[in-house]
Amino acid sequence: MAYQFDFQPVFAQGDRLLQGALFTLELTALGMLFGIGLGIVGAVVRAWRIKPFDMLFGVYVELIRNTPFIVQLFFIFFGLPALGLRMNEWQAGALAMVINLGAYSTEIIRAGIEAVPRSQLEAAAALAMSRMETFRHVVLRPALASVWPALSSQVVIVMLGSAVCSQISIEELTFAANFIQSRNFRAFETYLVTTLLYLVMAILIRQLLAWIGQRFVMRRR
Amino acid sequence: MFKRWPIFLTLTAGLMAQLPAQADQLADIQERGTIRIAVPQDFPPFGSVGPDLKPRGLDIDTAHLIADKLGTTLVLVPVTSTNRIPFLTTGKVDLVISSLGKSAEREMVIDFSKPYAPFFLGVFGPKDMKISAPADLSGKVIGVTRGGIEDIELSKQAPEDANIKRFEDNNATIAAYLAGQTELIASGSSVMAAIADKNPERTPVMKITLKNSPNFVGLNKGETALKDRVNAIIDTARTDGTLNGVSQRWLGQPLPADM
Repeated sequence: MAYQFDFQPVFAQGDRLLQGALFTLELTALGMLFGIGLGIVGAVVRAWRIKPFDMLFGVYVELIRNTPFIVQLFFIFFGLPALGLRMNEWQAGALAMVINLGAYSTEIIRAGIEAVPRSQLEAAAALAMSRMETFRHVVLRPALASVWPALSSQVVIVMLGSAVCSQISIEELTFAANFIQSRNFRAFETYLVTTLLYLVMAILIRQLLAWIGQRFVMRRR
Repeated sequence: MFKRWPIFLTLTAGLMAQLPAQADQLADIQERGTIRIAVPQDFPPFGSVGPDLKPRGLDIDTAHLIADKLGTTLVLVPVTSTNRIPFLTTGKVDLVISSLGKSAEREMVIDFSKPYAPFFLGVFGPKDMKISAPADLSGKVIGVTRGGIEDIELSKQAPEDANIKRFEDNNATIAAYLAGQTELIASGSSVMAAIADKNPERTPVMKITLKNSPNFVGLNKGETALKDRVNAIIDTARTDGTLNGVSQRWLGQPLPADM
């Protein structure tokens, strides 16, 4: 083996990597917050067939779930300016993540809502609960509780997928890794460190979501 | 085995007979009536294979120009960037016109003519933007392909507060510029030619030179007669606008004034 391993050139750029990791987490947080919000709206509309929005969300879900994330991102960043809609790379990246997670979580949460037994809704009506109360306590929370693990996985997938945002010059973790690698040509060392960073981030997000799930979603169970 | 000696001797004699002739390659070329010129075939816009399967490009135009002025038939010899100098030094070609830049190492092996075409890395932008020095880049959004010489040079020369956006490949860098995501683009002059090809009305113009490495005709060492002749042809072509026309055609940029 002639290759001399040297991590010094990578650690010398540690600030850049950590900054990139922070940007990745920020993008993910933004995507998660608005994406799951969008997913809840979409799921209710689709599960209860609220016309005409259920059709609209149906088209949206199919469109996003059946096209690659990178194409969606390029369309927003490179394509939309032709229609006069120009977003900088951060806006384009965040929007793409929200739209992407929104579509997937619509379907995940819809499954949860449809799994709520009819009898529970009838029970809520018998108890004279208001529509809002019924929705919050009888529909949404049990629905979220039953699909929480799937939703957490989707968030992690979107976080890892955000690596693609490096392609439109967002300086997140993958961008930082590519940049460092293009300067020191230490591909093995740079990407090994980057891989470990992603791993740590994914585990952290999973733990955090598990905690949120226990604390806020499933607390009455 | 020994029966083959005569052939071997004849070949050797033939080779040796050619050696003195190389002392004046110009006379040799004129006597032969053909000139063999090494050109690239995989490096647009300098040399590539056109839709009609014929070689075309800036270097091929230049080769035609020199052959015409010498009054000889042109034989194009396709080479790669690694074998173009060996082709010349081993006598397989008379000239190398293959986007060859000058360097100290190369000057030890071969001679160079005067430059015939520009090749530079620069910062390009819209006509009406006032930028003349790296300091003017402050606050500007510049797109560049990550890791290339242009990225290294730009990172070195641009002020701290210039907003450099790095993309994965030339296509993404161009797309970002054309979509208005970046105000300026740092790249090689040949990339501008690609934009000029597809999008003439938005062709960026040169603002700052990051690195200048013009192209030269490569010749064998000591061929002064040939070198003088090639230089004279290049001089004339420069004054009468031929070289400028070639540069405009393939690079989409005029010949720089300092060349």
